[in-house]
Amino acid sequence: MTLEDIQTILNAAVLARRADLGVSIDRAYCADLMSDVLAFSVTNSLLITGLTNAQVIRTAEIADIRAIVFVQSKRPDMETIALAEGRKIPLLATQLSMFDTCGKLYANGLRSQSVDPA
Amino acid sequence: MTGGADEGVYFITGKDFTNAGAASSSLKKLLEDRGVPADIVRRFSIAAFEAEMNAIIYAVAGMMRYSITRDMVKVTLQDMGPGIPDISLAMTEGYSTAPDYIREMGFGSGMGLPNIKKNVDHMTITSVVGEGTTLEFDIALSPSP
Amino acid sequence: MKLKDIIDTLELQVMTPGLNLDTEVTGGYASDLLSDVIGHAKEGFVWITFQVHLNIIAVASLKGLAAIILVNSRALDEATLKRAIAEGIPIITSPLPAFEVVGRLYTLGLRCP
Repeated sequence: MTLEDIQTILNAAVLARRADLGVSIDRAYCADLMSDVLAFSVTNSLLITGLTNAQVIRTAEIADIRAIVFVQSKRPDMETIALAEGRKIPLLATQLSMFDTCGKLYANGLRSQSVDPA
Repeated sequence: MTGGADEGVYFITGKDFTNAGAASSSLKKLLEDRGVPADIVRRFSIAAFEAEMNAIIYAVAGMMRYSITRDMVKVTLQDMGPGIPDISLAMTEGYSTAPDYIREMGFGSGMGLPNIKKNVDHMTITSVVGEGTTLEFDIALSPSP
Repeated sequence: MKLKDIIDTLELQVMTPGLNLDTEVTGGYASDLLSDVIGHAKEGFVWITFQVHLNIIAVASLKGLAAIILVNSRALDEATLKRAIAEGIPIITSPLPAFEVVGRLYTLGLRCP
């Protein structure tokens, strides 16, 4: 699945100016607690979150997250968007709840494939 | 892998959430540039980031020293913070003393120290209540023989 | 859909013995932020989370939620489990990450409009 497919499924807005929507996404992880992402997500996942602060971008960078979807009409501020652009992490925003966002993507074939990092 | 010994220090300001993670993110880049395998970079970055966030959340200030040799990366994070009264309790997954606003920022889930321990080869914590905490960890940079 | 049917279908583990699992589940809410759950979750929803702060029980009780589903085998301490039993909030765990749990609940027909 490409990020563009995900954008269509979620009817999402693209928040970065130069986002590459052709990037391939085959795993997803949803969380609002960043240690959860660091402990259990796998590399190159899509991160689905209701948090919009700068630490989400840092966490994504550290955990090798490929793109982020902000749920429930939440939008990060300009500084956070700029931070993500600098790190080439595309940002999407959807009006859907986290539950429906995950559900729709799951129904379209996306999975988590969580692995124990230890 | 290339490069000789490399060392330095980052200064961390308590409650500076705007720059939180900046030190770990440049250390990550440093290791990547040296050609360290991606899984080791990831383990190191996660540990460094959790340690850096701890200092930002709990301490007034901190110093994060690092040294990278051909075989190993080592970090010592010394903070001026409240100290940890019971380290084994703090190592318990899910235990946290973070205030509500920290939890609403996505931290304080009681996973920080366990996450560090899980990702590094060696970790030591020494803490004096009222003075601060020193956390040291290291990771071998090449797969163990 | 009844809570106990969800537990059976998803092979979830109930951590709070003795509570009624015949509750009708009307939807699902996934979040680790207490403020979001307070603001958006609805009565009869199951709450999918990695959050284990003691206050999750009070929030679930306040919103009349059907149950809390903890993901990634997240464990609750004794005090929080006791509070959950006292408040009548079933605590259910899954070894799966939240995305997978939500995906399966969505497949069963639960939504969060």
